[in-house]
Amino acid sequence: MSTPYAKLPAWADYVLIPLINLFVAFVVAGFVVILVGENPLRAAVVLVEGAFGRGQGIAFTLFYATTFIFSGLSVAVAAHCGLFNIGGEGQGYIAGLGIGIVCLAFDSVLPWWLTFPIAIIAAAAMGALWALIPAYLQAKRGSHIVITTIMFNFIAASVMVRALVGYLKPPASMAPQTRTFLEGAQLPKLNWVIELFGAKIRSAPFNVSSLLALAMAFLVWVLIWRTKLGYEMRTYGHSPKAARYAGISEIRIIIIAMMISGALAGMMALNPTMGDQHNVALEFVSGAGFVGIAVALMGRLHPVGIVMAAILFGMLYQGGAELAFEMPAISRDMIVIIQGLVILFAGALEHMFRPYVQALFASLSPKSVGMEAVKGKGA
Amino acid sequence: MAQAAIELIGIDKSFGAVRANRDINLEIMRGTIHGIVGENGAGKSTLMSILYGFYQADSGEIRVGGQPASIKTPNDAIALGIGMVHQHFMLVDNFSVLENVILGAESDALLKKSIAKARSELERLEREYGLEVDPDAIIEELPVGLQQRVEILKALYRGAEILILDEPTGVLTPAEADHLFRILRQLKEQGKTIVLITHKLREIMAITDTVSVMRQGTMVATRETKKTTVEELAELMVGRRVLLRVEKGEAKAGGVKLAVKNLTVKDSRGVTMVDDVSFDVHAGEIVGIAGVAGNGQSELLEAISGIRHAVSGSVMLDGKPIDLTGAADPGELRERGLAHVPEDRHHVGLVLAFEENENSILGYQDDERYLKGPFLDIDAIRNDARDKIVKYDIRPADCRLKTANFSGGNQQKIVLAREMEQDPGVLIVGQPTRGVDVGAIEFIHKRLIAMRDQGKAVLVVSVELDEIRSLSDRILVMFAGRIVGERGPDATEGELGLLMAGVEHREAAE
Repeated sequence: MSTPYAKLPAWADYVLIPLINLFVAFVVAGFVVILVGENPLRAAVVLVEGAFGRGQGIAFTLFYATTFIFSGLSVAVAAHCGLFNIGGEGQGYIAGLGIGIVCLAFDSVLPWWLTFPIAIIAAAAMGALWALIPAYLQAKRGSHIVITTIMFNFIAASVMVRALVGYLKPPASMAPQTRTFLEGAQLPKLNWVIELFGAKIRSAPFNVSSLLALAMAFLVWVLIWRTKLGYEMRTYGHSPKAARYAGISEIRIIIIAMMISGALAGMMALNPTMGDQHNVALEFVSGAGFVGIAVALMGRLHPVGIVMAAILFGMLYQGGAELAFEMPAISRDMIVIIQGLVILFAGALEHMFRPYVQALFASLSPKSVGMEAVKGKGA
Repeated sequence: MAQAAIELIGIDKSFGAVRANRDINLEIMRGTIHGIVGENGAGKSTLMSILYGFYQADSGEIRVGGQPASIKTPNDAIALGIGMVHQHFMLVDNFSVLENVILGAESDALLKKSIAKARSELERLEREYGLEVDPDAIIEELPVGLQQRVEILKALYRGAEILILDEPTGVLTPAEADHLFRILRQLKEQGKTIVLITHKLREIMAITDTVSVMRQGTMVATRETKKTTVEELAELMVGRRVLLRVEKGEAKAGGVKLAVKNLTVKDSRGVTMVDDVSFDVHAGEIVGIAGVAGNGQSELLEAISGIRHAVSGSVMLDGKPIDLTGAADPGELRERGLAHVPEDRHHVGLVLAFEENENSILGYQDDERYLKGPFLDIDAIRNDARDKIVKYDIRPADCRLKTANFSGGNQQKIVLAREMEQDPGVLIVGQPTRGVDVGAIEFIHKRLIAMRDQGKAVLVVSVELDEIRSLSDRILVMFAGRIVGERGPDATEGELGLLMAGVEHREAAE
């Protein structure tokens, strides 16, 4: 029995429902805060102030958001093609290898604005190649992409340990990381943009790769909704049978979508390496690839939504660090719980409140819900 | 006799702003067969779902046997002696008949006792109503007609006095349907009350005592079957006069457009679905393939349209072969003038989540008219979609609306508009009017005949015998993967029915 759903206006679908989900996630998180004996309202204030209160916090929030935009877009591109790329973490991590090699090779001879494009290509290529193997196995062999991309996360981790310890680390160093990049591979900061609004920033890693992230968000929108390739990807994503009928090659579309997804995941590595630490270190991705899944879900797989969700998660990261500092009872793990709740309500339970909102809208304005929206089981 | 088994008084049900049932009054007499007809979305299913406890009415009263009844769940309905046979069977495929019958009605914690008890009860029911089924047979090994009998037995086992059947003949051969009707008459003689939901007016005429017509959520009329006609019922259903049989002139058949030779197709398990099939389709004629669903028609269509791998044989389009290795590019076949309206428009012919205009280029996304380099030419696509909406009277006339929000008939028109407007030489159509309401059927049939009159070769596969007879210039009957006979358009239903059941075929083999 299908329950007939009335149609919602777009703003309710894309803004109201995510906000309700978010609100509920915070309410439930508030109970957890009470459990550890802290005041949830004060915790919320600390969180938001930590993220947006001062220029410093804003810069950090946007720095984190940049990485999440890349990883969110990566998940979204694959998802539009019906593929769950859970390997953004590994694709981003392995891209660090490409970035490391490019930066070490060119940072002494080229200015940053020449090193950067080469590093972008290297990062995208490494990420794409790392996605290619699971994509090929899925397309040709039917090996499930979720399983293979998870496995490739582990393989990437091992490869990176070997590469950093064995080849990229300076000979005398004990730390498993490259030497610090010279100026030719350091991305300029964008902190001055925030300072234009009168805020003061001591030091924060907000840098030009954020602009690349926004450009990629726009390009992903163009790709998905304005190109033939995007049309084919969406067709396959919604119905592989319809794609077959329409003459779309399954193998080709899976491989292309996964490589684009992997390339975007790879670009996520630019921000923490060239933008912040100025080296490639062990575990530098630190879970951002997985956060991308939540960001993409929360952003409803739309670039605009992804940018907004990425900023939200950037806020959780930055505000959460402040929170852990201000309230010792709340550890970093609390933040992970809150993130988990957001994922739960925004992703898994996305439709929990939808029927109620729809009933509310239907009772408010009978005209706004189309008659033809209701196709119950035909008699 | 003249006592009401069920009375519905002022039933109202809304989903959001949509009133699926409005002020329905209905009285069903005990010991009769009562038909309910109406187009898709007229509210028949909603009404029966209320009666069976899937939905609650917003207002109104249900009386069963004269007593006001509160039916909140299907269990309440069963307790009141109401049983339902669903259009899609609710059976566990790898369970035996007996296990399915007792499922959810086990009388003991240990299965053994319940089974022994059920076995004797089942045997009594089978004897009493002529519903012979081997209690130990596994469901998936039974033909559809017998599976349906198990559904009926399930309801009777639970003590049903009132039996609701939802589109019971959709999957049956004419012979199986006749058998079902004999069973229903027998049940009626034993005093059971039967409610038959269908859109096949001929069945209503053949078996019911009274018939009620629903349209747009209201009960527009109740008639004694003897005193009404198919034409009157059709008019009541649609709200205007409809042509039940399209008029068409003589076919002027030209040269061979599509030649199928010794085509054999196996499914993924290696079972032969199409067995050495050969036929031609000429320009300017409609060839209809009749047959009960599942006799290889789907596989035949898929093989011809290049989607499915064929084991052997050949298909020639305009004298040139089609790649049958399964690696054929459907896009290339489209360029060669082969258009295909697939049977399953929900998963194959359309992407329901797409906007209407996006679906209007599905399969033609490589066409330069819709592209600017690698980019979609959105304006061209939408203008093209708007033209088709006007030409094919697709409603609502909004090319930005999600395809899932169109009715079945309009969805089919979207597919037909797309495929016909490409001006193909050969048009293959699977189930042209499945789930399509009466008004749209007439439109679609006229379009198909117009294609024929323009000199196109049209191949139609349908499980609706009426449709095949009304459209086709030649009728091929498929049974168990083989073409078992060819007839002219004037073949009688009985004759085709026998072929569809494989009777003549079996005799010939012996």
